[in-house]
Amino acid sequence: MNQIKTVSGRGIPLQGNDIDTDRIIPARFLRCVTFDGLGKSAFIDDRAQENGQHPFDLPQFQGANILVVNNNFGCGSSREHAPQALAKWGIQGIVGESFAEIFFGNCLAMGIPCVTLEPEAIDQLQQRLLENPQAPTTLDLEKMTVSCGDWKKDLSLAEGPRKMLLGGTWDTVGQLSENIDRIRATASNLPYINWSTPARAS
Amino acid sequence: MSRGTLFDKVWDLHTVGTLSSGQTQLFIGLHLIHEVTSPQAFAMLREKGLKVIYPQRTVATVDHIVPTENQARPFVDRLAEEMMQALENNCQEFGIRFCNIGSGNQGIVHVIAPEQGLTQPGMTVACGDSHTSTHGAFGAIAFGIGTSQVRDVLASQTLALSKLKVRKIEVNGSLAPGVYAKDVILHIIRKLGVKGGVGYAYEYAGSTFAAMNMEERMTVCNMSIEGGARCGYVNPDATTYEYLKGRDFAPSGADWDRAVAWWESIKSDRDAEYDDIVTFDAAEIEPTVTWGITPGQGIGVTQSIPRPESLPESEKAIAIEAYKYMDLTPGKPLQGTPIDVCFIGSCTNGRLSDLREAAKFAAGKHVAEGVKAFVVPGSERVKKAAEAEGLDRIFEAAGFEWREAGCSMCLAMNPDKLQGSQISASSSNRNFKGRQGSSTGRTLLMSPAMVVAAAIAGKVADVRQFLSSN
Repeated sequence: MNQIKTVSGRGIPLQGNDIDTDRIIPARFLRCVTFDGLGKSAFIDDRAQENGQHPFDLPQFQGANILVVNNNFGCGSSREHAPQALAKWGIQGIVGESFAEIFFGNCLAMGIPCVTLEPEAIDQLQQRLLENPQAPTTLDLEKMTVSCGDWKKDLSLAEGPRKMLLGGTWDTVGQLSENIDRIRATASNLPYINWSTPARAS
Repeated sequence: MSRGTLFDKVWDLHTVGTLSSGQTQLFIGLHLIHEVTSPQAFAMLREKGLKVIYPQRTVATVDHIVPTENQARPFVDRLAEEMMQALENNCQEFGIRFCNIGSGNQGIVHVIAPEQGLTQPGMTVACGDSHTSTHGAFGAIAFGIGTSQVRDVLASQTLALSKLKVRKIEVNGSLAPGVYAKDVILHIIRKLGVKGGVGYAYEYAGSTFAAMNMEERMTVCNMSIEGGARCGYVNPDATTYEYLKGRDFAPSGADWDRAVAWWESIKSDRDAEYDDIVTFDAAEIEPTVTWGITPGQGIGVTQSIPRPESLPESEKAIAIEAYKYMDLTPGKPLQGTPIDVCFIGSCTNGRLSDLREAAKFAAGKHVAEGVKAFVVPGSERVKKAAEAEGLDRIFEAAGFEWREAGCSMCLAMNPDKLQGSQISASSSNRNFKGRQGSSTGRTLLMSPAMVVAAAIAGKVADVRQFLSSN
């Protein structure tokens, strides 16, 4: 059980709404059979276009582990390569105005909490990090707060995902595989199970 | 909270139990896998010593990396070949049916499952691809998942999920000539926003969807995710059953009658309750084109690119980013914008009826000088059927290239890519920055017929001006 109660370290602000998973990791970097090595390709096209001024390239944000984003972060593709690339870069928790649903689920399955704050609070936090990148930043899932130096706000996270992170059950496969008898019972009650077998040779 | 909808009924029937987190453990009736998001999942299984619990309920194909010109093995792209071999080995080792290239069954995962009759009403369908929402066209609850969840389905045939709310999107009336299913969904996304559907399943209802054939319904459901909704569905009806009957994996004999009776029973009740209801009038929908970098940044083809001051505060920043990236001017019409590349295909619009409609406009015309135009059928079966009707010859005579089946330039993981800041007219689903293979490439999303109009005119054109001549 790998319980996740807090993420502490330093924050990195990334401003903009609707940052999609193609921007987090462009499709050409999905040509791989492992997630290893994806970290260096996180935001690679955005970084090239910003000539070293992208937060992921700025020296003051190297080593940061809490990403602070705006609205609808991670929209688009279901590719887990996106949160994997962020994780390999060093991100362990994400604070935003809102997240796309599949991205949120992928992060949860990896043990990366995605928590939300009100838009004004996100602006304040991003501004603080721009002014003081070294400020100690913490995401506390027990107290349900995000803090940055002496600044602190209450965070939002749905109860289910919170329990999974705090209880270490975010790594779902173990728990899901426990109920084999109930899985088989549910399946046997579905009428289509018998008339449609996808593997039957055509 | 919704009650009595198809979503509620299918969710309840597939519920294995409630997990300690409060989430539902949901049984998955059909699991589809492809080469991009599955190899790491199989590696996780091996690492934990887990087996595939229901290998007969997973079907594999290869689509994202498939070259559409030279398919000789080994692939020229070493990384693509490595992914292909990983999938072949994984399917063999775990006993999973693989629709490989040359089998006659290969194609885009969201094209092959429906055409083989694998996707059926009342099922839960999951795949490591966000456009899995496509399968909702059959009255299935279908959604995209990440790789850790692909692992979960392989190991347990279940997922840990929180129930979604249900929004009924009702569109009534007939679509005008030159207006297609693609325009309907682009219109909905434009009106409800790219995150409007977060937390919701979309139920598409009303006379407009009732009149659509299955391929049109698939186009609509396919792009639910572009509006933020993880899944979207249409209640099954006679059109659904007519499409399914006789397909490879559809029920037959006595099973067929039992199946139809069950499918009828899982439709949303007449007095079903929804968390939200939104209504549109089909007559208001024009041929729609995107001008920006999100699928919600669309306009009717006769309209002008919106000025920032006309937009809500929350959309201004992304619009300003879009004008700059797209090099387009607010207040100017989009019609007349010169096009470099025209792409017809994808899980949104790469089916036989899409190609037929496109071919009607291409017949007897020619692609404008300097424009590269190509057609990528959604599957080997679509390609074969199109060739039997002579669609390939119509396209080729008009100056389009006719390719092998795959995802191709929708996301450009194969050799089909935009170059530099080229601008494409594309029948695909995403206009994100860099989506079509060049980090500065630009994408205008539209219907296949509108792509043909753009190819012939060499610029964004209103397909309705081509109507009288065909």
